[in-house]
Amino acid sequence: MSEDTKANPSTPPGAEKPGGTSAGTPAAPAKPAAAAPAKPAATTPAQPAKPAAPAKPAGPAPEPWTGPLPDGLKSRFGSAIKEASTYLGQNYLLVERAYAVEVLQILRNEERFDYCVDLTAVHYPKKELQFEIVWILYSFSRNQRMRVKTQIKEGEPAPSVVALWPAANWLERECYDMFGTAFEGHPDLRRILLPDGWKGFPLRKDYSILQQDKEWVQANLGIESGQ
Amino acid sequence: MGTGEPRDRERPMTSHVDLDNRTFLDSTELVLNMGPQHPSTHGVLRVILKLDGEKVLGSECVIGYLHRGVEKIAENRTYAMFNPYVDRMDYVAAVSNGLGYCLAIEKLLNTEAPPRAQYIRVILTELNRLASHMLWLGTHALDIGAITPLFYTFRDREEILKIFEKYCGARLTTHAFRIGGCMYETYEGMEQEVLAFCDFVEPKIAEYEQLLTTNRIWVERTRNVGVINGPDCIALGVTGPVLRASGVKWDLRKVQPYSGYDKFEFDIPVGQNGDTYDRYLVRIAEMRQSLRIIRQAVAGLPAGPIMAKIPKILKPPVGEVYVSIEAPKGELGYFVVSDGSTQPYRVRVRPPSFVNLQALDVMVRGQLVADVVAVIGTLDIVLGEVDR
Repeated sequence: MSEDTKANPSTPPGAEKPGGTSAGTPAAPAKPAAAAPAKPAATTPAQPAKPAAPAKPAGPAPEPWTGPLPDGLKSRFGSAIKEASTYLGQNYLLVERAYAVEVLQILRNEERFDYCVDLTAVHYPKKELQFEIVWILYSFSRNQRMRVKTQIKEGEPAPSVVALWPAANWLERECYDMFGTAFEGHPDLRRILLPDGWKGFPLRKDYSILQQDKEWVQANLGIESGQ
Repeated sequence: MGTGEPRDRERPMTSHVDLDNRTFLDSTELVLNMGPQHPSTHGVLRVILKLDGEKVLGSECVIGYLHRGVEKIAENRTYAMFNPYVDRMDYVAAVSNGLGYCLAIEKLLNTEAPPRAQYIRVILTELNRLASHMLWLGTHALDIGAITPLFYTFRDREEILKIFEKYCGARLTTHAFRIGGCMYETYEGMEQEVLAFCDFVEPKIAEYEQLLTTNRIWVERTRNVGVINGPDCIALGVTGPVLRASGVKWDLRKVQPYSGYDKFEFDIPVGQNGDTYDRYLVRIAEMRQSLRIIRQAVAGLPAGPIMAKIPKILKPPVGEVYVSIEAPKGELGYFVVSDGSTQPYRVRVRPPSFVNLQALDVMVRGQLVADVVAVIGTLDIVLGEVDR
């Protein structure tokens, strides 16, 4: 994944927000995705969910995502937009945590991404910013899908978007339940699928598939083990 | 936490159901527990209702009783090994689950199933949509008090399950598709059997309608019950027939076609009022549209291979994709992250039932307690998918 190379955020968020690196050149390509080998052959046209080309799996690479939407956001937020790419015809942004909520707000209110399809996290225990929070958005009027991602450290809260999309309520609760990532501003952040007293967050990579909260199982189910 | 006391006494109540401040002596407010073992919750759903007499003031869903950690299992299986697991989420529409998963991995591999496989997939998926809607109709009508539709729909659903059984050996958790296409060719005479089924079931749908559509009790119990409007649906992420019954003409098969759906002619039925009755009409109309699609797919079934050329051991290139389909319950999505190994780094399932269930509270507020049963039924949730 191209984000792998960007584990350490090289730029402090605060300073260069208004100007930004790519402010003057809106049409300039986004940061070329560094990690992947540059094979321009097998990328598909942007819009539809299914690629028509029956190309062989020849290692498609993320390409810079250009257009009024990503360029506009880049000129507004500068380097807080760490990446704007297209992979297999699917667009995504990687945004610095401090600006994630602002970017999402703009996407919701100005760019009309009015449907929060899904919200989840991916755990990369070897990185410094361990968790990648992913918002999958859809716009009815544009018939367009995109993803917004941000990276957070262990113990650092992600911004809650319940105020923007009420749908995020349970999705954030599930994300917290499975990864232990808190969401700042969530009205009622509790576990949702696991019992309230459960210890541990099962979708973290360091939680083994056979692991369980033995103490809870013994106390509440009256059995030695749930396995 | 986690010792001694049973779970329920520890569980803090939500803002809606404030058990600490209850006053049973001087008020009419009552907190009522419904489920998890309750026939009309369609599985193990527990709803805590706050009532004023018969009126619902608020509700809270307690879910997770069927949580099996499907997403964790995915990370510990190869791509092909995880395929049968997805059938166990929405087990009344297992074929749709499998289709979504296979499409997601195919996208990750940047490949596509051959045309014949796509058509077979469409036939089976639409049959499964019929089966899912039939099961929904039978149980939903039973919840509301009409027992006959249950027998009718289960009788007709049986014919679909027989076709599944002949095709792949399983009736419910079919594992019908493989990554890259289909495992099995159509069996001898399948096309005729599917067409015969379409001819058989079309008058049956009219029969269900005869029983219910103008039935006064049915209309009174469903009209203006559990109303939700289009903007609320979108804000809450509600998809599928519930969204369409609220007047939003949106179906993934049309707006972002997959698996060759752009080659078929069909309409998107929409409702106006967003009530339980409209949702019933939309699903009935959808059953007829499914028949239309099946007939076209059988008529146009191309010859050719049913498997794309994919390697025996699947190692998708590093990357992540999100692929979603229009399952009978709404948008079913798979967000898959590959690290280049034989096992997915992360599989996230976007379950339509889980997200739709969130709208329950909005829909039951101000309604009567008997309507809660109707609203749970009309949302068409499957707890295996809610809890995963």
